[in-house]
Amino acid sequence: MAMREPELLEVDVWRSGGDAGGQFRTYAVPREDAQTVLDVVTWIQRKLDPTLAYRFACRVGMCGSCAMTVNGRARWTCRTHVAKVARGNRLQIAPLANLPVVRDLVVDMRAFFDKWAKAGGQFTPTASRRDDFVRVAPDTPARREVDAAIECIGCGVCYASCDIVAWNPAYLGPAALNRAWTLQNDVRDGDHPARLAAVAGDAGCHACHTQAACTERCPKQLSPTTSIAGLKRMTARAALKGEL
Amino acid sequence: MRTADWRNRDHPSYWAFLVHRVSGLTLALFLPLHFWVLGRALAGEAALDEFLRWTEQPLVKASEVALVFLLAAHLAGGLRLLLIEFVGWRRQAKQSWVAIAAGVALFCALAFALNLY
Amino acid sequence: MSARSETRLWLAQRASAAVLALCVLVHLATMIVAVKGGLTAAEILGRTRGNPAWAAFYAVFVAAVAIHAPIGLRTIASEWLQWRGRGADAFWLVVGAALFAIGIRAVAAVVL
Repeated sequence: MAMREPELLEVDVWRSGGDAGGQFRTYAVPREDAQTVLDVVTWIQRKLDPTLAYRFACRVGMCGSCAMTVNGRARWTCRTHVAKVARGNRLQIAPLANLPVVRDLVVDMRAFFDKWAKAGGQFTPTASRRDDFVRVAPDTPARREVDAAIECIGCGVCYASCDIVAWNPAYLGPAALNRAWTLQNDVRDGDHPARLAAVAGDAGCHACHTQAACTERCPKQLSPTTSIAGLKRMTARAALKGEL
Repeated sequence: MRTADWRNRDHPSYWAFLVHRVSGLTLALFLPLHFWVLGRALAGEAALDEFLRWTEQPLVKASEVALVFLLAAHLAGGLRLLLIEFVGWRRQAKQSWVAIAAGVALFCALAFALNLY
Repeated sequence: MSARSETRLWLAQRASAAVLALCVLVHLATMIVAVKGGLTAAEILGRTRGNPAWAAFYAVFVAAVAIHAPIGLRTIASEWLQWRGRGADAFWLVVGAALFAIGIRAVAAVVL
């Protein structure tokens, strides 16, 4: 029996270098069942061009390191099937937007995490190891707000999809504000007033225009838009009380 | 650094944002003209009538319909924003909000146009 | 501008938006009814002249829009033209004041 010719994917991959900072180069990759975009990138690096730089770790949607721009939209490549995104037999793979490119498909995430810290993204404990566990009932409104927003893996997809990040360089971005919202609703946290001041104003939640690209693209189906709206209400209340 | 393009922007909330921004911008630019025209009444009815006759031209009439549409669109989009920001965003309902906003705006413009012509 | 001032500007824009929502509804209804059979100065002024209710309505309308529009334009200029800072803020304050002035002048013209 004759071997069936494998169907070929035509993949445009962003490669660094040259005057424009980079350009797309096209590779032919055999199509397979249940193939992910990350599989495609890996195949190119292993079989066609070992100099291709990209980043990944867990391959199962937990670590948040493999996000790239696939056909113009930011996605986690390890959990994105080629069948879902390929147009005909074409794919375009580029590094995330709104972050400096280190090389090829690798971006420098520093600004993303610096802003995370700037938004007060760290938990500030109010109890010591000698204290008993705090009991947080699962059905309290604050706990539910936290539940809805806590699953962020820090992949940067929302940050890369947000136009406000591109237009307003100081803007903290959806992930950092979403993180701040979870901590503002954490009854164990002891830094609420300072964090609220950090996320107010033009670099913070008030810069958001509800374009909701973050919510549209979040691979964990979170809604940073909801979290940011919550922060808007929280800061507005504080401002009216003169507490901001 | 690369920036996102229109493949990323093509979703209902983004279009709602864009319509809101462009309508707001246009209305803000139109306002001084609107106030100036009404101010002509200080010089008497005749001065205002003279301008109102000028607005009988087809192109001006069409612009009026467009402005009414933009005003209604900005109103509907603004109500949508207030609902999302102050009442709370409902993820599953977002497309309905955009559709309702568009519908309200179209209805107003149509009603205005029907009476105008 | 400080985070507190930005928050207040945001609140002012939302508060004025709530007022404008009502004003614009009335305005749209008035326009749709008024243009029937053509617009004349006599018709417009007959409705508004010496009417304290319309005077108050339009004064509130103008005040709200003079707050709402410059804040929006300021945001657009900062995002699309990268024009921000103290000079820009001062400019938008002047725009707001000017808008209020010509708006009130227009109200006076149709109600007095």
